[in-house]
Order: sequence, then structure tokens, then C-alpha cells
Amino acid sequence: MVDHYSKKELIFKKILFLSGFFIIALLFTIFLTLIVSSFPSIKAFGLGFLSGKVWDPVFSQYGCFPFLLGTLITAGLALFLSFFFSLSISILIGEYLKKGTLPFLLKGLIDLLAGIPSVIYGFWGLFFLVPIVQKIEVFLGITPYGVSILTASLVLSIMIIPYSASIGREVIGLVPSEIKEAGYSLGATRYEVIRKVILPYAKGGLSAGFLLSLGRALGETMAVTMVIGNSALLPKNIFSPGNTMASVIANEITEATGKLYLSSLIEIGLVLFFLTTIVNIMGNYIVGRVKC
Amino acid sequence: MENTVLRTENLYAYFGEHCVLKNINLSLPYNNVIAIMGPSGCGKTTLIRCINRMHELIEDARIEGKVFLQGEDVYSLDPIIARRKTGMVFQRPNPFPTMSIYDNVIAGYKLNGIKINKSERERIVEDKLRKVALWDEVCNCLHKRGTFLSGGQQQRLCIARALSLNPEILLLDEPTSALDPKATSSIEELIIKLKESVTILIVTHNIEQAARVSDFTAFLYLGELVEFGKTEKIFTVPSDKRTEEYLTRRIR
Amino acid sequence: MLIRIIKNRLFFGAIVLFSIFSIIPLFLILFFIFKNGISSLDFLFSSQILNAIVGTFILIILAGIFSIPLGILAGIYLSESKGRLVYFVRLCVEVLQGIPSIVIGIIAYLLIVVPMRGFSAISGGFALGIIMLPVIIKSTEETLKLIPYSLKEASLALGVPYYKTILKVVLPAGLSGILTGILLSIARVSGETAPLLLTAFGSCFMNLDISKPINSLPLLIFNYATSPYQNWISQAWAASLILILFVLILNIIARLIVKRWRIQF
Repeated sequence: MVDHYSKKELIFKKILFLSGFFIIALLFTIFLTLIVSSFPSIKAFGLGFLSGKVWDPVFSQYGCFPFLLGTLITAGLALFLSFFFSLSISILIGEYLKKGTLPFLLKGLIDLLAGIPSVIYGFWGLFFLVPIVQKIEVFLGITPYGVSILTASLVLSIMIIPYSASIGREVIGLVPSEIKEAGYSLGATRYEVIRKVILPYAKGGLSAGFLLSLGRALGETMAVTMVIGNSALLPKNIFSPGNTMASVIANEITEATGKLYLSSLIEIGLVLFFLTTIVNIMGNYIVGRVKC
Repeated sequence: MENTVLRTENLYAYFGEHCVLKNINLSLPYNNVIAIMGPSGCGKTTLIRCINRMHELIEDARIEGKVFLQGEDVYSLDPIIARRKTGMVFQRPNPFPTMSIYDNVIAGYKLNGIKINKSERERIVEDKLRKVALWDEVCNCLHKRGTFLSGGQQQRLCIARALSLNPEILLLDEPTSALDPKATSSIEELIIKLKESVTILIVTHNIEQAARVSDFTAFLYLGELVEFGKTEKIFTVPSDKRTEEYLTRRIR
Repeated sequence: MLIRIIKNRLFFGAIVLFSIFSIIPLFLILFFIFKNGISSLDFLFSSQILNAIVGTFILIILAGIFSIPLGILAGIYLSESKGRLVYFVRLCVEVLQGIPSIVIGIIAYLLIVVPMRGFSAISGGFALGIIMLPVIIKSTEETLKLIPYSLKEASLALGVPYYKTILKVVLPAGLSGILTGILLSIARVSGETAPLLLTAFGSCFMNLDISKPINSLPLLIFNYATSPYQNWISQAWAASLILILFVLILNIIARLIVKRWRIQF
């Protein structure tokens, strides 16, 4: 009986199991570390942290609301602005031009858009978009900061197009040809089949794509922090400078003196973690269901 | 002293609670071609997979009874060792895509870390490729990938690979069902030639193929060994009514 | 009837228009970087930029050491094993992938920078490794899932033990897919800035000591682009050009070249 094979097999299977287990352990470590390090801040402010409108390190007053608002507005606005663009790409490559070099090229360009580092988006935003926004603000008679919630939303909207576009394309391509043909055989035009047959059928997958885009926008740091103005005050309108949760962490964490300051920043990280995780799980769940 | 290369004793095979082989008792003589035929789902593939212990790789699969290879109880050995004593060829040709033709033939040695020197290696490769009538076609491109060959050539490569470890029995699981008629007949010719050096057990759903290549035939139906005997006899005067109905295509 | 046909044409036109508009920013950005980068060519290899390039490579290597072996093993685990735990691990991978990079930076800060009492390349490599991990795991799993069972069977029938079958037959067959995943994850983290702000931190000095702070291209771009000095801004353009070319080339190699090596089954 040669037993050393079964021993090696066992070791291999154990190593595989351990690597899987390590992933779970890693995630839980991340989660626990965030919670434990947020404790001082949680104890000090409780749930009021989320609604606290004042962020003042000098007086040790920490309220997350301006940043929560900034995150939700920029991400929501970015999603709104990008909606028709990514939907168009999904429909174009998923339905009209499924094969050939043109969709291949288009797909490659969209992937390239996703591959550009966010700091370069920020750099471009700072030197190209900000002056444009300034001109608009001058035209409207507002203080021409240039950096604002609007600028950040504009950059974000461009950045998140590829995510919803690629999932949307897949989902629209998966619509069975039987039901499309049923539409055509009733005399519908292509537009009508898309609007009344394909899109409703692909509704689930498309919303999953937009959810994942949203998740990306919520967590984006660099491009936002370079064009949003980094103000801790509540923004008055989209032309005001503001800040997001990700951006304020990046800006202030290395200069955070004092346990409470650091802990509050980490608690913001915890809130961001929850927000993005929920959005991503929802999006992935729907994608999983659609793809089956 | 065993004069049968393979013997099964009251062999039962299960997938969980579902019994797919019932009380199989077979004795196979050396250097013959034995065909196992029967309708789909009768357990033919399961039977040969019980011989080289591939059946137990599936979750919840198990056997009862015994299988003797040249008198040795297959289930008392390490499954790895047992598998090396048999060679198996599958329905779809599956040469290793990352290896050359040369490396495919000696894959049994290479992957198992069995050390052989270069001249021995070359001898084995040439010998086995000649045995499967592939040598002349590939001797100039031994270091090309095996996937460039045609279906029939790939299947012959797989047979050479299975033969490289000098197994006591060669198990063929519907080896020609994915091949075109020309490749099929060349493989059938090969099988008849090979029986001089190794015993061959071939599973086939093609009645005519069983008649063409085999010396002995076993008919399996719903997991039971209905009849076993010389091919001539089974095909002309079958003893069991079910065999007759299968041969005349009343059972499928 | 005519209205419907007009609507149909208009719709198609609108779709095409919107699609083209989506690509315009890509060209604007590339044009912006290339134009300004090329006009700053004399800054192209200033000492700071060389420093940053070396730093980026060191960080990628550190991140790779942490994430590549672990990622491939976990990918094998997910594609080969069964059970409830597998489902849970897969869920964790999805969650990990969605965590904003700044939050990962916080973790690396708390777990490594604080105990080590200082910023370091190690902490930066760790953070980048966590970001690379889900991509490598997923691409490994998906590649291995596409490999037909018959390949494993052929090897097992030859009496090759299971672990050798995986390592010597299945993994090599999936090499191109796994390599693509690794290259794409490297392309992704080479542009990451946020987690490095609080781990690698950046440095003016060229040093190979991984327990000290280290600079990287995206860090340099961030710091210099937001500075008031024209000299530094020009360096930021040059660095952006280098970074974009690097990311572009990696993407091209991964998608067009390595994918060609893919074994068709």
C-alpha cells in the first residue's frame, strides 16, 4: 500500500481549503478592524454621526453628513448623467452591431476608458473641466471656483460609463431571439422591438449594471478629490465646492492628530464600506440571477 | 494461477442509493477483444470505470464486490497504482493540449515523475507510435502540439499514450463515436491488431462495431449482465430473449 | 406608419450619436496627456520621475508576491471544490472587489503602518495586493472552469494523482487566462493612488529599502499636479504620459497577445 500519495493529496486539499479560508478571514479582518478603530468615534457621537452637519477638527466636532451628502449627490448625478450614454452603447453593441470590427473597436475603446487611472482623470478634470465650469459660473454670475460638486459629477459620469455599458451589452445580447422575432413578425420596427421587448426583458440585468456603476462612483477617491473643492461645509447647490467620504479620508487622514479625529475618519470609512458593499451585493445578486 | 486477465465477483455499483450495476460476474481471457454492448444507461461505462477505479471519483459513488486484475484485488491497491495497471481511452480524443506529440506519448512517465533515460524514452515513443500506426505520419513533427492532428490521429495518439505504461488491459469507452467513418474503420483495424499484445475491453453502443471487432461480447441491460460469450454465438443464436430483442432493435 | 419609420431612424441616429459622444472624453484625455506630456519631454526622465518609476515597480512586485500565489490557489479552490463554504468564499471575493481602494488603504494603515510606526513600501504593496487579489481569483476560477473535465480524466486514468493533475495538466492548460488576469490586475494597481497616500506615502529619495516610504508614478502625479509650481506640473504631465503608455501596453499585451495563446477546446 503506497500511502504517500494520499498524504500529498491531503496536504494539497488542505492548502486549497486554507487559501479559501484566508479570503474569508481577510474580509472579516477588514470589517473588524474598521469597527474596532471606529469605536471612539461611535462612542462619542453614536448615530448622530451620520446626521451631524458640522465637521470641525479644531473643536473636535465630527459629523459625517456633509460628506455623506456629497457622496450621494455626486454619485447620483454621475449615474444620471451617464445613463443615456452607457445605455446607448449597450444597445448599439448588444443589438445593432453584434459582430465585426466596429463593435470590437468600440468595445476596446470603452475598456480603455475604464483602464485610465483615476488620478489622470482628476488631472484632466483639474486642467480641462475646471476652467470650463469656471466660465459657466462667470456666465451665471456665481463665484467662479471651478471646483465643485458639478465638476466632480462630470468626471465621475465619464469614469463609470464602461461599467454599466459592458454589463448592459452582455445582458441585451442575451435576450433570446425568439421573442425578438415574435415582435418583428407582428410588424414592429427595430426601435419598437428594442423599446417594448428587449429593454423590458433586460431590465434586471441593466439595473444590475447601473448598480455596479453606482458602487464604483460611491468609492471613487482621486478624481473626485482633485476637482471637488474639499470643503467641509454643506454644499448649497451643485456649483458649490463640497466633499465626499472617500475624498475627505484621503485628504485628512495623514494629518489627523488625536484619537477622535482619526477614529472619526475611520468611521467614515466604515460607512463607505457598508454603502458600497450593499450596492455591490445587490448588483451582483441580480447579475447572477440574470446570467443563469 | 489465473488464466483470466480480468475477473469480477458479484460486482455492484452505486451512485448514492441508486444501483447501476447488479451482480456482475465476468471472466475475461487474455489477448482477446471483448465488447460490452447495451442500450444507453445500462451501465456499460460504469462497468469499465469500476475496473480502473475512476468510478469512485464521483461524489457518492461506491462499489460492492471484487475486481481482480491478473489475480490481484484492484481495490486493495492504492487507486493511483491500480490506474497505472490499466489504460483508458475516452469517447472524445483528449491529448494534452500543452504537450507535444512526443510528450503526450510518455505523459504517463513524465507526469508521474518516473525517471527514464533519453534512449529509453525515444524507444518507447517510437514503439508505441508504431503500434498505433501513427509513427510514419508524425515522425517528423514529434515536437509539435498534438492538437494539430485529425480526430482519428488524435485518438490513436491517446491509445499510444494509454499503452505507454504497458497496462495489462486496455479499456476503450466508445472510442469511435466522435470520429468519422474512415477514422472509425482505421481504429477498428488497429484494435484487432493490438489484441496480440494487450487485452482490450471496448464499450460500444454500435452493435455492428461489436460484431466486427470483438471475439467475445457481453450484453448489459438495466445494470445486469444478461449474456456473455463468443461474439459469433451471441449474434447468431443468443440464449436470452432480451439479447435477441436488443439485436433486432426492439429494445434501444 | 411614416412616423414610425422616422422614429426608428431617429432612434438609431441618437444611439450612434450618444455612443460616439461617450468616446470623445477618451480622446480628449489622451490628447491632453500626449500633447502636454510630449511638450514636457525634457522633464521626462527627471530624477523624481525615475524615482517614482522604480517605486511603482517595487510596489507591483510586492503586491504580486502577496496576491499572485494566494489568488491562483484560491481560484483553484473555487473551481475545484464543492460545498457551502465555496459559495461563501465566492461572496467574499465579490465584496472584496467592491471595497473602495481608500478603505483598503485605511486597513493597511492600521494593520501595518501603525505597528511599524512609519510608512513603508511593504504596507503599500500589501494594500495593492488586496486590490489585485479578487481580479486574479476570478480570472483563475473562470479560466479553470472552462477547461473540460476530459482533460483531468485523461490524466487521472494514467494514474496521475489529483494534485499533480491540477498542477501539471490543468493549470498549464489555463495559463493564458490566468496570465491575462494577472496582467490586467497589474494594469489596474499601477494607477492606484488613494491607498498609497496612507501607506507608501511617497518620498523624494530613491531607496530600495522596503521598510521605508516610497514614491510611485500616480502619487507623483497627484502631488505635482495639485501643486502651484509650473515645473512640477510639467513633470506631472510627463509622468502621466509614462503611466498611460504603461497601462495601455499592459492592456494590449493582456487582451490581444496573451488571449491569442488561449487553448481552444
